[in-house]
Amino acid sequence: MRPVRPATVERVPGVPSHLKGELDQPTKPKRQRVVLGGPEGMPVPSLRSRMELAEQTSWGEMLIRDLINALLRWSTAFAVILVLLLGGLPLLFWRLPDIASFTVVGVPIAWLILGVFVSPVLFILGIIYERLSERHEREFVDMIEN
Amino acid sequence: MTGWQITAAITVALVAVVTFYLGRRSATLHNAAQDFDMARRTVRSRRNAAAVSGEYLCAASFLGIAGAILTDGADALWYPIGFIAGYLVLMLFVAAPLRRSGAYTLPDFVEGRLDSRGIRWFASLITVLIALLYLVPQLQGAHLAVTTLLPGPGWAGPVAVIGIVLVTVLGGGMRATTLAQAFHYWLKLFAIAVPTLVLCVVFIGDGGEGAAAGLGAPAPPTLSEDTTVTVDTPVELQVSAPTRLQAHGVVNGAPADGDVVWSPEMRHDVAAGTTLRFDGGTPTPVVVGAPADNGGWLAPGGGGTWDLFGTYSLLTALMLGTMGLPHILARFYTNPDGRAARRTTLHVVLLLGLFYLFPVLLGALSRLYVPQLLVTGQTDAAVLLLPTSVLPGIGGQILAAVIVAGVFSAFLAATSGLVYSVAGVISADLMPERVRDFRVAAVLLALTALGVALLPREPDIAHSIAIAFALAASTFCPVLVLGIWWRGLTARGAFASMSVGGLAVLTALGLDIASDYTGGWAPVFIERPALFTVPAAFVVAVLVSLASRGTRPATVNAFMLRMHAPDRLGFVTDAAIPRYGRAEERLRLSHGQGRHRR
Repeated sequence: MRPVRPATVERVPGVPSHLKGELDQPTKPKRQRVVLGGPEGMPVPSLRSRMELAEQTSWGEMLIRDLINALLRWSTAFAVILVLLLGGLPLLFWRLPDIASFTVVGVPIAWLILGVFVSPVLFILGIIYERLSERHEREFVDMIEN
Repeated sequence: MTGWQITAAITVALVAVVTFYLGRRSATLHNAAQDFDMARRTVRSRRNAAAVSGEYLCAASFLGIAGAILTDGADALWYPIGFIAGYLVLMLFVAAPLRRSGAYTLPDFVEGRLDSRGIRWFASLITVLIALLYLVPQLQGAHLAVTTLLPGPGWAGPVAVIGIVLVTVLGGGMRATTLAQAFHYWLKLFAIAVPTLVLCVVFIGDGGEGAAAGLGAPAPPTLSEDTTVTVDTPVELQVSAPTRLQAHGVVNGAPADGDVVWSPEMRHDVAAGTTLRFDGGTPTPVVVGAPADNGGWLAPGGGGTWDLFGTYSLLTALMLGTMGLPHILARFYTNPDGRAARRTTLHVVLLLGLFYLFPVLLGALSRLYVPQLLVTGQTDAAVLLLPTSVLPGIGGQILAAVIVAGVFSAFLAATSGLVYSVAGVISADLMPERVRDFRVAAVLLALTALGVALLPREPDIAHSIAIAFALAASTFCPVLVLGIWWRGLTARGAFASMSVGGLAVLTALGLDIASDYTGGWAPVFIERPALFTVPAAFVVAVLVSLASRGTRPATVNAFMLRMHAPDRLGFVTDAAIPRYGRAEERLRLSHGQGRHRR
């Protein structure tokens, strides 16, 4: 992980220093400058392209539309895998009860699959999706910056 | 009160004290009032995932799954799968964009996306309904735990849970809750994993493999010794072979006193207060509707097409309902950005997957050791009674005390999370401005849930929770998914969709309760309505939105950009900062760096 600069609070010049000890009293809020923290050492995206996105120029709008469509395609693809996997199992056990009652070391395979093996598969699907979507977002930012 | 009951009561008190202490600690460490409002979004994803899981693992996970497995066998294995898969769906479609939208609650999101105050109010109303449906089974679980284990009156359980939760919620704060909820996850994992492993070792050591083989036989489970069962709520029982027993009380509307033989051809309606005595080796009668013999219990999907429908409907509700749970959504706000929200969700999948191994094992063991629960229908008590049945003596009692600690941690974590997040919604949106107060809202919500929970109804925790999920899936899931991914969603479309989905589920729930009282006639699609109601809500949302195309909010493009632009571009502006970031908030920041660890 990149080093992260924490949020800091700067005192605004002009506040008399003898008031420093009274900051705990919420009745006397004093002016302060809050500098929001952020990841350090990351290039700030070029202002112009960010502006175009924010103002939704035709180019910016097209970009963001493409991004949303691409993200949605990925999510839908993973959802289809999930539905095929989880939706297929009840149908399989229902159509072919012999498979469900097949036992491995005394435990019926249906119990093994449903009780033990499905959740690691779901986790692996999640890992792959996370990698893909982070890479996708990185590429989008790189494209915006250039 | 026997020795081990005292131990159990002490563990419960310990859990309560630690919860309260963790809740108070960081609140008193600094100035309490400033921490009260909400967590800033600076909690590490791993701890945050533990907190999400801690808040999520409720009575249904701890008691309900094992109970459902004791009754339904392989078909109940879909509960844990649905619970886990719900987080995967959340990650695929909702987590990152929702976090970037800056919404703290669902009403926040709906208002921001659809630019309408009216729809915010409506969403708040549904949030409260979901919370109530979710709270009631927790309290019924507490009732069951107390009647099963402790000599006190049953209502003491829910009353104690609500009391502790109110003290914690009113005296602690959200930031503090992150730590408390993460603690609850690890406590629950410990409290279920250790007893399960010990019981499995004992079971195998006793030559359990021979007994386990009996689970596959086409015969009903048998009672290992002479058993007397007192029926607390009326049940309808069935047997698969002629069964001899002694009944004292009312059976089939007629008084019974002495030896009877039950035939498998008819149902046996046992009234409350009736005592049934079985000799050792007698096959166990089971509640009507459950698989009567072990062969049917062991095989998934034994029934007809409607059984299959029920499985799919349950999966739909659990997978799509997770994203609409108010307490889970509020937790996601504590992530610093969209990417961290995604990572948190991924961790949650892992943590839940680990946890759910154990209730499944306990459920299977309970079929061998506590089949008498099948007679009373109170199968949710399986986890509580199993340790002392497998391991009589001090060992079993220690394990039971550990489990009780986990069970109460489950009640407390889920209940406090819900009361905290939903009380905020109530006080902000549903109360008149003059009396607007978070504390009043929290007390109102908690007492309403308590009142409903004390009504007499045969609790089936897993099933009741599934209804709360079905309501969330039929109202908020379409609005969230379409709102995040489709520019076309309008306030009218969302309103129509939430009304149709919500009314359909509530109607089904009403019919289901009526059928519980009048003989259980409700078909599967009333008990598990999600497979009909969720698609209906989606279709209505799309059609009405298309018909009211002219009313698309002007802000939609900016909102879409904010939700989907990668975090580094820096479009995220928290809607809540102007709202919550008052003078105290800024003052609090001046207290130094240590408060905001990543």
